[in-house]
Amino acid sequence: MILYLLCFILLLIGLYGVITKRDLIKIILSLAIMEYAANLFLILFAYRKGGTYPILEEGKEIAMMVDPLPQALVLTSIVIELGITAMLVALAVRLYQKYNTFDITKIRRLAG
Amino acid sequence: MVEIWLIFLLSIMIIASIVAIEVKNKLSAIITLGIVGLGTSLAFLFMQAPDLAIVQFLFEIFAIVILVRAFINPKKHQEEKSGMNKFLAVCTIIVLVLIAWQSLDLLKALPEFGNPKMETAQYYLDNGASETGSANLVTSIILDYRAYDTLGEVTVLFTAILGALAILRVKAGKSEEEEVSK
Amino acid sequence: MKDQHGMTLIVKTITRISVWLILLYGFYIIFHGHLTPGGGFAGGVIIALAFLNYMLAYGRGKTEKWININLLHDLESASAILFLIVGIIGIALSGTFLANWITSGKLFSLFSSGTIPILNIIIGIKVCAGLFFVVWTLSIFHIEEEAD
Repeated sequence: MILYLLCFILLLIGLYGVITKRDLIKIILSLAIMEYAANLFLILFAYRKGGTYPILEEGKEIAMMVDPLPQALVLTSIVIELGITAMLVALAVRLYQKYNTFDITKIRRLAG
Repeated sequence: MVEIWLIFLLSIMIIASIVAIEVKNKLSAIITLGIVGLGTSLAFLFMQAPDLAIVQFLFEIFAIVILVRAFINPKKHQEEKSGMNKFLAVCTIIVLVLIAWQSLDLLKALPEFGNPKMETAQYYLDNGASETGSANLVTSIILDYRAYDTLGEVTVLFTAILGALAILRVKAGKSEEEEVSK
Repeated sequence: MKDQHGMTLIVKTITRISVWLILLYGFYIIFHGHLTPGGGFAGGVIIALAFLNYMLAYGRGKTEKWININLLHDLESASAILFLIVGIIGIALSGTFLANWITSGKLFSLFSSGTIPILNIIIGIKVCAGLFFVVWTLSIFHIEEEAD
C-alpha cells in the first residue's frame, strides 16, 4: 500500500507543476513527470512475489511468471508519450519565435 | 526485498521531481528530469519487465535530446525570470493534500502488492506459445492477440509527428532552406 | 557557425566506427523481437539514434549526402500502408483482420511465428523515420534562431 501511495504522490507533484508554474518549459517537464507516474502505477499491479519475466526459455515453467497484459498496454503508452512531448516542443518553439518570451501570462496579453 | 528497493527508488524519484520543478536554471531542470526517467526504467527492471525497461530508457533519452536541442541556447541567459503567484500555490497544495488524504481508502481497496488477479492473462500465458509460436509472450500479445491496438498506436505516432513537422514548417522564400516537409 | 560543421576530430573518428556497430545492434533487436526482449519499437529508436549520432558529429551538410532524405519520407508513408495491406491479406486468407496467415514454425527458431517478424520490421522503419525527422526539422530551427 505504501508503494501505491508514493506513486500517487509523484502524480500529484506533476499536477502541482502544471497548475502553478508560468514557464512553458516547466509545464512540459511536469507533464512528463505525470506520464512516468501513470505508467509506473500500471506496472505495480502486475508484479507477482517471486515471479520471473514472461519470456519462454528452454525448460522454463509457466507457473511463476508475472502478468504480461499490463506490460503490453504500457508499451503502447510509452511510445505515445514521446509523440506528445515532440508536439509540445514544436508548439513552444513556434510560440517563442512569435512572442519572444516563454511566460504564459505575457503570451495571453499580447494580441497576435 | 524488492519492496524495500522500490520504496527507496520511489523516494529518490519524488525528491528529484521536486528539484526539477523548483530549480531556476533550465539545463539543470532538464537533466534532473532524466533522473526520474531512469528511475522508472530501473523500477521496470526490478519488476521483471525487461522489454519495458529498454523501451522506456531509449525513449526518455530521445525526449531529453529533443528538449535540450530546442530550448538551450548557450549564448542567451538561462534563468527562469517569472515569479510565482503565492496565493495560487498555497491553495493548490491544500487541495492536493486533501485529495491524497481522501484517496487512502481507495488505495487500501486495491489488490495487495504481489498478488495480481490474472483472469485473461492466464489464458495468454498457457496458450500463447503454442498458438502463435513466439517465445516472447509480450510481443505475441501486442502483435497477434491485440494487433489492432498496435495499429492505433502507430497511427497516433504518425499523426503526432506529422503535426509537429507541420508546425515547424518554414514558409517558402523566408530563409535559406526552401522546403522542409511535404 | 561552428554548430553547422560538426564537432572535433576525435569525435568524428570514433563516430565513423561506432555508427555501424549501433546500426548492427538495432537490426539485431528488430529481427529477434519474438525471441528476446525488444521488438520493433526499441530497435527503431536505436537506428534513429545512430543517424542522430552521425548528424551531431558531422553537421547537416554531410548527413544529407550520407542518407537520402526523400527516400526516408517515402519509406515512412509506405510502411503505414504496408501494415494495412498485411491486415487485409489476413481478411482474404483467414477471415479476420490482421490474422496470422503464415504457419507458425518451430518454437525458438528465427523464422517462426507467422506475421510477427514482418510487423516488427514495418514498425521499426516507421518509428526510425518519424523520430529522425523531428530532430532534423528542429535543427533547421536552431540554426535560424541563432542567425537573428
